[in-house]
Amino acid sequence: MNNLSPKNNMFSSPEARLAVIAIVVFITMAALSPERFLSPQNMTSMAFQFPEFAILALAMTITMLTGGIDLSVVGISNLSAVIGATILTQFAGPDIAGIEMAMWIGIAIAISISVGMLAGLFNGIIIAIFGLPPILATLGSGLVFTGLAVALTGGSAVLGLPSGVAWLGNETVFGVPVPVILFAILALGLSFLLARTSFGLKIQMYGTNPLAAQFAALDVNRLLMKVYMVSGVYSAIAGMVIMSRANSAKADYGSSYLLLAVLIAVLGGINPYGGYGRIIGVVLAVLSMQFLSSGLNMLQVSNFSRELIWGMLLIFVMIVNTQKGFKLNLGKTPQTKSGK
Amino acid sequence: MDFVPENALVIMEGVTKNYDGVVALDNVDFTVSPGEAVCLVGENGSGKSTLIKILAGVEQATSGRITIGGKVYDTLSPRLSAAAGVMVIFQDFSLFPNLSVAENIAFSTQLGKNRRLFNKKHVYEIARKTLDRVGVDIDLGTIVETLPVAHKQLVAICRALASNARLIIMDEPTTALTEREVSILLDIIRRLKKDGVAVIFVSHKLAEVLEVSEKVVILRNGKKVAQGPASTFDAASLTRNMTGRDVAEASPRPIDPSAPVLLHVKDLHKEGAFENINFDLHEGEVLGVSGLLGSGRTPLAKALFGLVVPEKGMIKLGDKSIVLGDPLTAAAAGIGYVPEDRLTEGLFLTQSIVRNVSIGRLDNHQNAGLLNMKSLFRESGDWLKRLKVKTPDIGSPVTSLSGGNQQRVVLSRWLSRAPKVLILNGPSVGVDVGSKSEIHDIIHELALSGIGIIVISDDLPELLATCQRILVMKSGVITDEVSGKNITEDELARRMAS
Repeated sequence: MNNLSPKNNMFSSPEARLAVIAIVVFITMAALSPERFLSPQNMTSMAFQFPEFAILALAMTITMLTGGIDLSVVGISNLSAVIGATILTQFAGPDIAGIEMAMWIGIAIAISISVGMLAGLFNGIIIAIFGLPPILATLGSGLVFTGLAVALTGGSAVLGLPSGVAWLGNETVFGVPVPVILFAILALGLSFLLARTSFGLKIQMYGTNPLAAQFAALDVNRLLMKVYMVSGVYSAIAGMVIMSRANSAKADYGSSYLLLAVLIAVLGGINPYGGYGRIIGVVLAVLSMQFLSSGLNMLQVSNFSRELIWGMLLIFVMIVNTQKGFKLNLGKTPQTKSGK
Repeated sequence: MDFVPENALVIMEGVTKNYDGVVALDNVDFTVSPGEAVCLVGENGSGKSTLIKILAGVEQATSGRITIGGKVYDTLSPRLSAAAGVMVIFQDFSLFPNLSVAENIAFSTQLGKNRRLFNKKHVYEIARKTLDRVGVDIDLGTIVETLPVAHKQLVAICRALASNARLIIMDEPTTALTEREVSILLDIIRRLKKDGVAVIFVSHKLAEVLEVSEKVVILRNGKKVAQGPASTFDAASLTRNMTGRDVAEASPRPIDPSAPVLLHVKDLHKEGAFENINFDLHEGEVLGVSGLLGSGRTPLAKALFGLVVPEKGMIKLGDKSIVLGDPLTAAAAGIGYVPEDRLTEGLFLTQSIVRNVSIGRLDNHQNAGLLNMKSLFRESGDWLKRLKVKTPDIGSPVTSLSGGNQQRVVLSRWLSRAPKVLILNGPSVGVDVGSKSEIHDIIHELALSGIGIIVISDDLPELLATCQRILVMKSGVITDEVSGKNITEDELARRMAS
């Protein structure tokens, strides 16, 4: 993908390890309950399930590459979905059809995405200009966004969307689910941004060493604001997919997705201290998590134990990815930031 | 192996240290006896700090054997070294600025005893005793932050003594001291030696401590190149052994008096850092700014580049005034800054060489939102070639380069932006001797092409080899301006310290 990045041993790269993990999880689940896990219904349902949290994971990824984090992704996605849904129910209603419906859906999506962008800009400003630590800034702003969504809706779901909304989350094009296509476009877009644009390279350089970025006269503040705006836009798009699949919008949809998005980014080899990560890793991590999650579902593991498993997995992966953990486990050196 | 005295306190045999394929220390033997003062001399990058770090247990030797007080250690750790009585006093002294003199002195001994409760009387007693031992009087209750540098150093020495130091290693002990303070320090060293405490001085300018030392050990490029009684060395022979060269470096070409003023600095002022700074820099001129540690030279350098925000004053480049305190406008106007600490401020360590060079030029190689990788690689490659960076692949991590080549990477980054003024803070810190003179040659060439260069350094030979004019700073004020041609190293050192 990227001939500018430092070379590293193929087998010590997080992506190679991830590919192995994804395959192992798939085979394990297939072996544990072959007739159900390998069934066409399961395959289809997995394909419709993963894009919404996968897009949130991409939003998380770009902020983590700068050494930051965005804990407000779910808040942003719900706020923008609630606003979009409110516009649709207020001005369009469930019975609208034809060109008029397409127009209103277009307007609602454009406004939702603008809301995501503004929310991201808000994050960027409090992080870049006021210098708040990203983890606390976005923890706070996430609550603010969720709170706004609650205030707008009174906490209940916004129902009565036009029928066309369902297309985004439930239809297929040439047999491929629309949300998968959307995710593929967004993943490729981000991957391209990181490898082939000045903005993307600067993100990685800043993440490697923010101090040196300042000494190299990078426009650090603008860079951070743009990063959190991209994250906000991606979160809003995830919100659209969730709205379409649920055929409604609510302030507290997808609350378990936050931990999942962090887990996928870290599992995907994104260095939480910034500077290193590849989108292919995130995609592989998404697949592993979906296989695991569907498999656990089939084995009738409860939702609560699933969160427990994810939390433990997150800690385990981070230990394996640290220099020390790696030495203990495999005796090779991973790609981490030295001297920190 | 050299002759080893029977009662030696520390014996290092065949100590070697490799960092990622770079030999920092190559089969070095080193001994210290009780009550002996040893000067460990070498230029930047000679391996002297590596040797100290190994002795202090901060770094592990790749191979070799270390004996301290008769006990052989396979591996040392900071705790083991401290327990064996090896204490290092770093340049910044590593004191607790918010605690009192007494607390600082007694702190580590108290910790070592695993006491859970703080006993003020006991702490003051220990501190009092230790201060008496070195024969100085500092008020025990004073907060260390408020002490002058020389007193901080004494507190650091006392702390080492309170922890039963048998060997005190002092890193660049005289860099921040005035002449009078140096002579007080030497008296204290003499007392310590009588007490049987051994001392190692680590420095690249040792004329001052030579008189209290018994032995001199000289390192160059990781190897021990000379060793002998201190009385057999003088400044000239030290320099010769350190650099491996007899001839002085080419001196800078004379200033062209008709060259127009490039950078005009007027009444620059920053509370607590520098004040009343006025100077001009001409086209093609190399101007040195020197001073002891804490003289304000680095804040001034940063202020010129916008990293420090001065309260008042004016910086004019050509006839355009530059917004103070903003690196972006400074860089856009044509001011470049090569920082002092290459590893933390200059480089993106895990990133590739080409990315490190091209970071400032990314926007210029972008067409319709798309980076032109070919032109980016070509431009960076050209600059690296012009600065003679030897690497088989500019896509490999910048850590694969030596210190000298890394410095050239940072230089290339700025040169590719075609700067009018280049500020070099410590241009050859941590660079081996050969690279150092090559970097000086680069500075000459750049000046010849019309770039105005400001060299910030306390490396006097470097200043004399590169600068036509040198400003001397003390406590934030420019106290002296000398012509590089008419001054000797000793005279410059005297003006800095007096």
